[in-house]
Amino acid sequence: MYKIAVVGDYDSIYGFAALGLSVFPADDRETLCAVLRRLAESGYGVIYITESKAALVQDVIEEYRERRLPAVILIPGVSGNTGAGIAQVKKSVEQAVGSDIIFTD
Amino acid sequence: MASTQVNPTRMELTRQKKKLATATRGHKLLKDKRDELMRQFLELVRENKALREKVEEGLEAVNKNFVLARASSSDQALNTALLAPKQEVYLNADTRNVMSVEISVVTTSTRSADEGDIYSYGFAFTSGDLDDAVKSLQELLPDMLRLAEVEKSCQLMAAEIEKTRRRVNALEYVMIPDAQEKIRYITMKLDENERSTQIRLMKVKDMMLEEARQERLKEDYGTAG
Repeated sequence: MYKIAVVGDYDSIYGFAALGLSVFPADDRETLCAVLRRLAESGYGVIYITESKAALVQDVIEEYRERRLPAVILIPGVSGNTGAGIAQVKKSVEQAVGSDIIFTD
Repeated sequence: MASTQVNPTRMELTRQKKKLATATRGHKLLKDKRDELMRQFLELVRENKALREKVEEGLEAVNKNFVLARASSSDQALNTALLAPKQEVYLNADTRNVMSVEISVVTTSTRSADEGDIYSYGFAFTSGDLDDAVKSLQELLPDMLRLAEVEKSCQLMAAEIEKTRRRVNALEYVMIPDAQEKIRYITMKLDENERSTQIRLMKVKDMMLEEARQERLKEDYGTAG
């Protein structure tokens, strides 16, 4: 039984609380790191994080990339779509195939 | 390319041949694994891309709704409204084995039986925009969860494919040629040894024949003289 967390700036994520996801507002790198690590260790299966905040903790996200759980998934926040989420998918393709064959169009 | 010295013995030859057989077999198997992983990965990553585009689009709309909701009611009212959520979503993650990659298969369960039971507030103090926003987010949630599952699987499979590809290449371009080279070297060395032994024997035989001839000559001479 895993729970689902949403991390990011308060404005982008407060709505998720209504659906029963746990929300963790965090703004600076230190808090984000601490929150991510705590969540990963304490039974959260999926962690959604807003793209703008994910950019601050790239290295921590990278660490969890090759672990089976948790899945750290980037979502766009209120400030708009930075394209970081798609970049993650792109990266998987590049890692597997050697070059990007899905997003060339 | 016989950079590492091997003993040119029959035992070593047998060992190298065994090694080559194993490497060839492993290479074939790993290649098959890589191809199958790649096929499944490409299928999955296409779905991932489509889902991501859908979710990002959806979230953009949802965010707009939430901004509207925030604009049309006070912060306090909003915070109180969402303070105590009624609903809770749990994940059950089973693992599925795809070509030795353990990927999660996620099913969700909600705390209350009615999934639509999401409004944790009375409707008196909040605007209708908040209801719309929460509803649109709830509709998007299944896609978001599926995205999480698919994207994680893609990441894990990508890592495994990379690993497998390295192994295949190492076998194909290092291990197998190396073993073949060693086998060739040992075979040649053994053949060479055999030839030289044969030559030596022939030489010895020649010498012995020569000796015998000389002896006979001497004897003939002795009886004649």
